[in-house]
Order: sequence, then C-alpha cells, then structure tokens
Amino acid sequence: MRILVVEDDLEAQRYLVNGLREAGHVVDDAADGETGLTLALSRPYDVAIVDRMLPKMDGLNVVAEMREHGNNMPILFLSALSEVDDRVKGLKAGGDDYLTKPYAFVELLARIDALMRRRSPASVKTKLAVGDLELDLLTRTATRAAQSIDLQPREFRLLEYLMRHAGQVVTRTMLLESVWEYHFDPQTNVIDVHISRLRAKIDKGFQTALLHTVRGAGYMIRAR
Amino acid sequence: MRGSILRHWAPGILRTQAFRIVLIYVFVFAISATVLVGFTYWNTERSLDAQTDQIIEAEITGLLEQYQRLDLMGLADVVASRSSREGQSLYILADSLGQQLAGNLDHWPPTVKSVGNFVEFQYTRRIQNELVTRRARGMALPLAGGGFELLVARDVSERELTRRLFSTTLPWSVGLMLVFGLVGGALMSRNVLARLDSINRTSAEIVAGDFSRRVPLTAAHDEFDALAENLNRMFERIERLMKGMREVADSVAHDLRTPLNRLRNRLEEAQRRLDPQSPYAVEIEAAIAETDGLIATFNALLLIAEADSGAARGAMTQIDLSAAMADAAELYAPLAEEKNIALSVLPAGVVTIEGNRSLVSQALANLIDNAIKYTPAEGCVTISAAETPSGVDLTVADSGPGIPEADRLRVVERFVRLEASRNSPGTGLGLSLVAAVARLHRARLTLDDNHPGLKATLSFPRAPLRASKAANKELRMANSEQVTANRE
Repeated sequence: MRILVVEDDLEAQRYLVNGLREAGHVVDDAADGETGLTLALSRPYDVAIVDRMLPKMDGLNVVAEMREHGNNMPILFLSALSEVDDRVKGLKAGGDDYLTKPYAFVELLARIDALMRRRSPASVKTKLAVGDLELDLLTRTATRAAQSIDLQPREFRLLEYLMRHAGQVVTRTMLLESVWEYHFDPQTNVIDVHISRLRAKIDKGFQTALLHTVRGAGYMIRAR
Repeated sequence: MRGSILRHWAPGILRTQAFRIVLIYVFVFAISATVLVGFTYWNTERSLDAQTDQIIEAEITGLLEQYQRLDLMGLADVVASRSSREGQSLYILADSLGQQLAGNLDHWPPTVKSVGNFVEFQYTRRIQNELVTRRARGMALPLAGGGFELLVARDVSERELTRRLFSTTLPWSVGLMLVFGLVGGALMSRNVLARLDSINRTSAEIVAGDFSRRVPLTAAHDEFDALAENLNRMFERIERLMKGMREVADSVAHDLRTPLNRLRNRLEEAQRRLDPQSPYAVEIEAAIAETDGLIATFNALLLIAEADSGAARGAMTQIDLSAAMADAAELYAPLAEEKNIALSVLPAGVVTIEGNRSLVSQALANLIDNAIKYTPAEGCVTISAAETPSGVDLTVADSGPGIPEADRLRVVERFVRLEASRNSPGTGLGLSLVAAVARLHRARLTLDDNHPGLKATLSFPRAPLRASKAANKELRMANSEQVTANRE
C-alpha cells in the first residue's frame, strides 16, 4: 500500500515512516502542508496521514484543498489537538478518521487498514461470512454452521463491524467509536466484557475459534 | 432587545426597583404637599381672622369713644354714617328687644348673644332686590345704661371663597401630581431598565462563554456609563485571563503531547525490535502501560480544562437523556452483570436538555463506572431522569458504601481519591470531569446519601425556549428509530 505521511515533527515522522515501512507499506513523507498537498495531488496513494498543525499550510486546509480538487483518497488526521470540537472540524474538512497524539502504533495501523478497506466496494454486500459464521444484514440474523445465534442489537452491530474488518486488527477505541459512537475512554475496559459475551455466543461449542484477541492491540475475527 | 424591553415594560415594570423608588417618592411627595398646602391654608385663615378681629376691635374702640362723648343719639348718627359707606363692615345698634336704631343690618342676628367675644353668624342682606345669606364675623357689646347693644362685624364670605378654592384645588393638584409622577417615574424606570438590560444581557452572554462581549456606552457619560466602563474593564480582564488560561492549556497540551508521543513511539519501537523472550520485554510493556496511564490522566485534565473554558459550548445540541441513559447502561450492562449488580434505567419518557452530547455521555459513563466500581456484588445501580420545576435531574444511584458527608465536596476536586479507593484503578479525575461538565452546562452536581449508597444527581437548568419544534421533531424521529432498532 502507498501511504503519504505529512508531519512536521521530524522525530515523529521518522518513527511513523519506519513503522509503516516495517509493516510493509510504501511511504512518502512531507514536512509541511504545501509539499504534502503537491504530493497528494500528483501521485496516487491509498491513504494519507496528515498532521493538523503544519507549517506553510494548516492540515485542515490541505485536506479541504484535496477534496476541492476531487481527490477522495482516505485521510487520517493525526493531531495534538484533542478537543471535542477539533475532531468535528477535522471530519468536516474532509478527513475520514481522527487520531489524537500520543497514539499507539497498532491503533494507527488498524485504522489505516480499516480506511483502506472502506474504499473497496464490498460494503454493499447484504451478507457477511467468516468461515461458517454468516451474518444476514437484511434479516439481521446470525448463523454458524446452520445454527441460529441469538444476538442483541448491539451485539449484532459489534459482530457486523468485526466481520466487515475480518482479518484486520480492530482496536477497542475503534469499536467504542463505531459501535457505541463514544469518543472517550470509558476508564474500565468494558469492551473486553462485551467481546467475551459475544465470543461465548459465536465460538462456544464450536471446534475452531473465530474471534481472536490480538495482544496489546485489540481483536480480530478470521477463519482458520 | 426590543422584546426584552417590552417584556420588562408591561407588568414587569411594577416589580423593578427603579419604579418602586419612584412610587415611594411620589407618595411621600404627595403627602408632604398636602400637609404643606393645608398648613398654608390654616395659617392664612388664621391671619385673615386676626386682621378682621383687629379692624373690628379698632372700630369698637372708636365707636365706644363716640358713645361716651356724644351719647346714644350721637353714636346712632355715627353708625348710620358709617353704614352708608360701601365696604365689608356691618353694624347694628339695637335696643333690648332687638329693634334696629341704626346700622346696615336690618335686624339683630338671632345667633348672636352679646358676650363680648368674637362670634361668627349668618346674616341676610338685600343686594339688588335679592336676599342673600352671607357669613360674617364680629363682636357684640352691651352699651352701659338703657339696655342697648352694639354689633360690629365684617363680612367674611371672601374667606369662605378661599377655603372652597383650597379644598377643590388640593385634591386636583395632588391627583395630577400623582399622575405626572407615575408617568414620569415609569418613563424614568424604562430608561434605567433599558440601560440595566444592556448590562444584564452583556453579562449573561459573557457567563454563557462569549468573553468578547462589552456593555455599550452612551454619550451621556452618566453613572451608568461609569458602571459600564468599570464592568467592561472587568470583562476585559476576565477575557484576558481566560485567554491566558486557554493558551497555557493549549501550549501545555501541545508541548507535552509531542514528547509523550515520542516516548510512547520509542517504547513501542523498542518493543517491536526486542525478542519477546527477552527479560526486558516485560519491563518495556510495563513502561508502555505506565505511559498510557500518564496519557489518560493528561487527557482527562485537558478535557476538564476544555469543559471549564466554555469552548465546548459551541457544540451544544438537543440531547435526549432517555437515549443517552439507555446507551450508557447498555455499554455497562455486562460489567454490572459480571458483579451480579442489578443495573436498571427507570423509564423517563422524552427528557431533553441542551448540551454537549459527547461530554454529557462521558459524565454519565463516569458516574455509572464509579457506581459499578464501588458497589459490592449483589447490589444495585439505578439510572433515572426526571423533569423538575427548575429543569431536568439526571441521577445515578447505587447501593455501595457511599461517600461520608464530610468528603462529598472534596471528592469532586482533581486527584482526590478517598482512602478506601486509593488502590483501585482510575485517575482520580472521574468525578472532577463530571463536575466540570456540570459547570459547562450550568448544571449542579449533588452527591447525596442513598440510604445506603451514593446518589449523584446532575441538575440541568431548563433548556432555553429556542429549543425549536424542528429539534423536537428530529428527536421524536430519532426515538422512533431507536424503538425500531430495539424491536429488531
């Protein structure tokens, strides 16, 4: 995957670029808004990571300009600004996701994967399947090996999100944001409890487990 | 602006201090004017009477001298000649039977007894063929020898006219004074109110978070302008302080985030490069956990600062508390279940407040999180919302150990953790954030005894009236969606 990193803190940039390269991505970097915008408009990237506060041109303006030029590559804002308003501003300017510094690298990777996945047309499916687990989005029913699974509405949304990102790491924050629409840390790790209940419903009594815990990162649903 | 003046102007003006002062002044003035005019009248009458009496006494002295010198017939001549003069003087010289010998009174007035004192009486007189009854004041004297009597008096009808004039004018003038005073007072109060209104409005806007507002000055340079200038100076100072605070918070946020970010990055990088079997791997993992704790505290502090700065007022929307409670309860339900705690949401119908959705949700989550954390197994946590006369109460009550009354004010301060909970996880900022969110919404956070347990209540003030029908409609739609979602 080709990734554009626009970040003016060179130390953070080096780390980000190294980390992404280690994860197998091709990375270009820019240290100011103008260079970032030029790169974004001249080369095809799968995703762009943009800092909010940049020299020469603010991150918000960079993204707004990109959208103005009809560029619709997925963009993740990375920012030291954490105020409730800032997230909204970032998303309004055309950002697809917003991550506050300091961040965990696994969180960043998981979000980038999710952003790139979002572009694929798979999202118009009416049925999701992972191994022998099937989710019917129209009837809102779940079955595993032809056995019907009884899910609460929120459990259904949780499973749907995991299955849409099958094979990818999904962090607790991502689940909290997309399934519960909460943009804060609920202190106690309530997500883990929800996951273990879901796991009891979909994996208990079956030979292979589908819902896995990725240590230090989050969860992943996958066959095998 | 117009609306608010009109609102004050109609019946509200009666309740204003300015108008009350005017009212008191008008009444005091009316009473003192009445007393003053009354006193003047009384004094005038007295001096007029004294003047009349003096004239009468002088005439009597003169006539008695004539009597002594010229005897009865001489006196009768003098009386007759004086009676023929035009004037207010009245005379009658009569015998013991009351028969007139001389004078301009036809007969002795029946009410007058000759006692040598001043008396007032009615008399009738023919003026241009008409009999008129008028009032007079005079003195009757017996003449030595022969039983004759002399009455000297003066017509006092003029005094009567003056009295009538006074008694008819006084109520009218007092009445007019009251009317003018009240109208003038109302106008004056309206003027004062308009000035106060502008000061009030500006202060309210500043309280609401718009620190750039100033009270407009007028060209009058009066005491209101002096007050406005002082207030403006104060507002300027508040704005400067708030701005300074925000700048400090912002730069601390930025200056600390960058090194914290690098710290976490480096630790993660080290962790990636390290063989998982290495003895340092555990250390690095612990260091990352510590860093995350630091970041959590830091974020919570910034969030509290953000809520307190009023910046989040920009993101106020209509929030359906029933939905917010259901969502939060749903998030924490499995956690409560694990501890065998009965977590319940009391049905509240549609209860809405105006607020920052994210912050209110977080405050609610913090309260529920605390309640579950401190309530022992088999206990219960109840979430409810209710309309009150002054607004909306959002309550989270538990059956845990509660908080001793003496500590209830202290626990909302930053980093205060009670001895009993010092070893359980948490930043010690949970309740401080709830308190900051309350301040942002001009709500009150109260911690009460739940007999047993803690009852935390967020009392939101009534939402402003501009909560439009459109917003309510949107809300109803959102609710019906909620219901459908649940049915599925």
